[in-house]
Amino acid sequence: MPKVTVDGIEVEVPNGATVLQACEMAGKEIPRFCYHERLSIAGNCRMCLVEVKPGPPKPQASCALPATDGQEIFTTTEMVKTAREGVMEFLLINHPLDCPICDQGGECDLQDQAMAYGRGASRYDENKRAVTEKYMGPLIKTFMTRCIHCTRCVRFSEEIAGVDEIGALYRGEDMQITTYLEQAAKHELSANVIDLCPVGALTSRPYQYEARPWELEKTLSIDVSDAVGSNIRVDSRGREVLRVLPRNNDDVNEEWLSDKARYQCEGLVRRRLDKVWIRKAGKLQQATWQEAFQAIAAANPGNSIAAVAGDLLDCETMFAAKRLLGAMGSSLIESRQTGMAYPVDNLAAVNFNSTFAGIEEADAVLIVGSHVRWEAPLVNVRLRKAAKRGAKVFVVGPYWDPTYPAEFLGEDAAVLHDLPDHVAEAMQGAQRPAVILGGAGLVAGALQPALALAEQWNLVREGWNGFNVLHMAAARMGALMLGFAQKGGLADLVDAKPKVLLALGADEVDFGRFEGSLKVYIGHHGDKGAHAADIILPAAAYTEKHGTYVNTEGRVQFADKAVFAPGEAREDWTILRALADTFGVSVGLDSFDELRDAMIAEVPALGLDGLADYGSLPKADATAKASGSIVYPIKDFYLTNPIARSSPTMQVCSAELLHGEQILEAAE
Amino acid sequence: MLADKDRIFTNLYGFQDWGLKAAQQRGDWDNTKALMEVGQDAIIDEIKASGLRGRGGAGFPTGMKWSFMPKESKDGRPSFLVVNADESEPGSCKDREIIRHDPHKLIEGALIAGFAMRARAAYIYIRGEFIREAETLFAAVAEAYDAGLLGKNAAGSGYDFDVFVHRGAGAYICGEETAMIESLEGKKGQPRLKPPFPAGAGLYGCPTTVNNVESIAVVPTILRRGASWFSSFGRENNKGTKLFQISGHVERPCVVEEAMSIPFKELIEKHCGGIRGGWDNLLAVIPGGSSVPLVPAEQIMDAPMDFDGLKALGSGLGTAGVIVMDKSTDVVRAISRISYFYKHESCGQCTPCREGTGWMWRVMERLRQGEAEVDEIDTLFEVTKQVEGHTICALGDAAAWPIQGLIRHFRPELERRIAEREGALKEAAE
Repeated sequence: MPKVTVDGIEVEVPNGATVLQACEMAGKEIPRFCYHERLSIAGNCRMCLVEVKPGPPKPQASCALPATDGQEIFTTTEMVKTAREGVMEFLLINHPLDCPICDQGGECDLQDQAMAYGRGASRYDENKRAVTEKYMGPLIKTFMTRCIHCTRCVRFSEEIAGVDEIGALYRGEDMQITTYLEQAAKHELSANVIDLCPVGALTSRPYQYEARPWELEKTLSIDVSDAVGSNIRVDSRGREVLRVLPRNNDDVNEEWLSDKARYQCEGLVRRRLDKVWIRKAGKLQQATWQEAFQAIAAANPGNSIAAVAGDLLDCETMFAAKRLLGAMGSSLIESRQTGMAYPVDNLAAVNFNSTFAGIEEADAVLIVGSHVRWEAPLVNVRLRKAAKRGAKVFVVGPYWDPTYPAEFLGEDAAVLHDLPDHVAEAMQGAQRPAVILGGAGLVAGALQPALALAEQWNLVREGWNGFNVLHMAAARMGALMLGFAQKGGLADLVDAKPKVLLALGADEVDFGRFEGSLKVYIGHHGDKGAHAADIILPAAAYTEKHGTYVNTEGRVQFADKAVFAPGEAREDWTILRALADTFGVSVGLDSFDELRDAMIAEVPALGLDGLADYGSLPKADATAKASGSIVYPIKDFYLTNPIARSSPTMQVCSAELLHGEQILEAAE
Repeated sequence: MLADKDRIFTNLYGFQDWGLKAAQQRGDWDNTKALMEVGQDAIIDEIKASGLRGRGGAGFPTGMKWSFMPKESKDGRPSFLVVNADESEPGSCKDREIIRHDPHKLIEGALIAGFAMRARAAYIYIRGEFIREAETLFAAVAEAYDAGLLGKNAAGSGYDFDVFVHRGAGAYICGEETAMIESLEGKKGQPRLKPPFPAGAGLYGCPTTVNNVESIAVVPTILRRGASWFSSFGRENNKGTKLFQISGHVERPCVVEEAMSIPFKELIEKHCGGIRGGWDNLLAVIPGGSSVPLVPAEQIMDAPMDFDGLKALGSGLGTAGVIVMDKSTDVVRAISRISYFYKHESCGQCTPCREGTGWMWRVMERLRQGEAEVDEIDTLFEVTKQVEGHTICALGDAAAWPIQGLIRHFRPELERRIAEREGALKEAAE
């Protein structure tokens, strides 16, 4: 632990720390552009120069200099001040200074640091450099004249995303950052370079010229586009969500966000259900809440009522539905819309036990039936880190490009019972072996065989639990904690032939199986569920209600409400509360707080932020066999939920990036 | 004047064949095994004792550089020697003469140096524009392999050593040692941050030493004739013989091997037939390749041509590429052209050099025509100071120094041009 002095303040820094980190520990701010904690050190912007003794009599780049014992670091001397002013002047001579028309204005590192460390005026009288715009796809808008060549975007693509998409061309002052042959950046994390860009060179194309940062109301929320539960900040103005940005959470999403999570928010104002609809003579017609409630009451279901929860739901909505059905004497509730029926009596068996941060430490990973890159792009980032540290990765299922070396063992789940010797050896010999079972693996019946392998390979050991199930639905773990599952899955509901079926934002259900039921869709988008519904009650999307979400690691997180639901739409729990009155049953729950309290009273873990404790893994059923080809459920990464399907940006991404269609910029 | 018997490069002018047979008759590859048998540390000690300083420009003691290499590999990583033959400095033309006329000196030197630093192989990175030279080098290496002088049991020494020749693609910056390593690895030639130094983690992450062609090529002769012979030339701390490359306004430009510390006047008189138009016609000299500041005539005349002697004049020996300019030279234009060169060759990685070289060149171009204000000269000087010492590699310094030299010594000339232009404008307005 070297001890260094920063401007007279003595600090002890961890081994391997840099001078910049030492300065930060001493509470000194060091300006920087190219340095980023999660990327490799480039040391090219030269903004972080400090004076270091002992050392050569010139300023040193603090981001790249290791802190050594007895070092004296100065951050306020004349040498440092001049050096910063000089570098800032250089950065600005070829920068267009078009802040008034730049989307980065107000949240620009260059602006801020020019104010703090710049000289105030330039002495540069020559012509400025201009660089042509580069096409980087439907998400990233480029103004390369503003680029300061920090190469953060290049390093992100190479190191985090694992694709060689962005690079630098030419040299000297002609150096340009671009994608290879100006193709679109195709990685599903590509838009993170927008956040990384310290200037306005890479900006968000869909958000272009929409708003200034100071106009936006910022709400802390949780993403629902997958089961990762990325921490997000929802930026809204008035009643409209304008953009979604990632928040820092080292345990979950670090500071990245998938493109879908970032841009599906555009779908929040399109194809919305903002009125009540009732199907009359085969056609949906507008109606009032009163009429709808009367129509539902007329069905007089008694206890013949069932509820299916969709993938984007918060726990509160599901709990309110469960309470309603309970009051009516029914327990026909299910959340696994596509008919999966794995046992849920022990949630440790269907949880991502290693945690996302933990899986980075794994040294041998067997993925069974999961297209991780599409089902949870940010988990794939973690796996990539593990692979970079030397972890061996094996995959059972059809090929997908993992961005790191992985061996594909075959498409049939039965290979689990007949693993090649080197795989078994690698897993057995590993210090921290992990199995990741995806949705397709669950469908192929791989849960019990995987649990058997867990016992065989001793996946659970001191300080390590290597058994993981990777879900795709944001609502899944919360639903399972609330008991929103039947032993036989959705089939149990079909068999019960309920008079009334409440579809809570459920869009993936095969409604043909509920022919005789009155199908009431409570949700926010005119998607598959609404098309099949007899009655539509408009509800709130994830940005329009407070809610608790549990991610696939069993991490309980709370999201705030950013905006109000449009038109006549109401928050889901209030609709369910009103239905209780319609049916003449008493559920209590007169306010959101009461609802939450009741929910926490029933499932205390939902009241505690952080990882829920599901106990230890169950005994495997050794007789169960996995079989059949693995078929990944996600066919189109950008269009997996009704919100994303409504987002024009996601539609363009799907068409251009996945289906290779040429998008012409009309008349631009 | 250096006696012929004391010359290391006996075929510098290509009067004889470059091939292996002729080289062996000149003494190359003569019992190389015996040179290596003294042991690795003994070789390094001998080189240290000879006082050989790196011939690539920076003048770092070669023996000391070798001694930084690990004595044994603790983690199984091999070590490498990289020979810098990317001679791109304007004014320098010694390495190409060695390679095209005396390549076996270099190859034998690579074997011995590689052996001394316990390297597995040597990579000779040759400048892309040296097409004929590369052909010669490839052929010479092939000859050496065929004769059993390289490869398994190289020269019968029991040591396995390979030499690979790699052609560059024409970027000046790839002559910087870490940029060269990047380029060898197949990446964009951009200097790396130091630390880690190449001796710790260089080519492919393995311990690496990068040496100039001349530094390596003199090694066999030093070992054959002894450190005391080599150190008998030149002043203290500036020992040995050196290839001087004199270009510009001398009667007979040439590349010549001379003892270090030879006075400038003697060097020119003896080998170049004097300054064109006599000594009074001498304006200034850039003594070490384009990157060092120029020295005006009156200061350079009696200066000893070595590292310390030229450093005392605010310049440097660099590669000893002596560019002589007589009074017919437009010195501002000359420096402006050098500025353009550095603007063109900046890799663009770090800010001060990427932005500063272009700025400096543009101001230089205006100063050349007098289209500037007098205080812009001061601004330009400050800009060079803002670049110098703030960059990852030394290219920033190299771009700044010539301009600093110009302003230091020829400021009146710059001001005269500005005044002249202003006068012309006034006249036109009247």
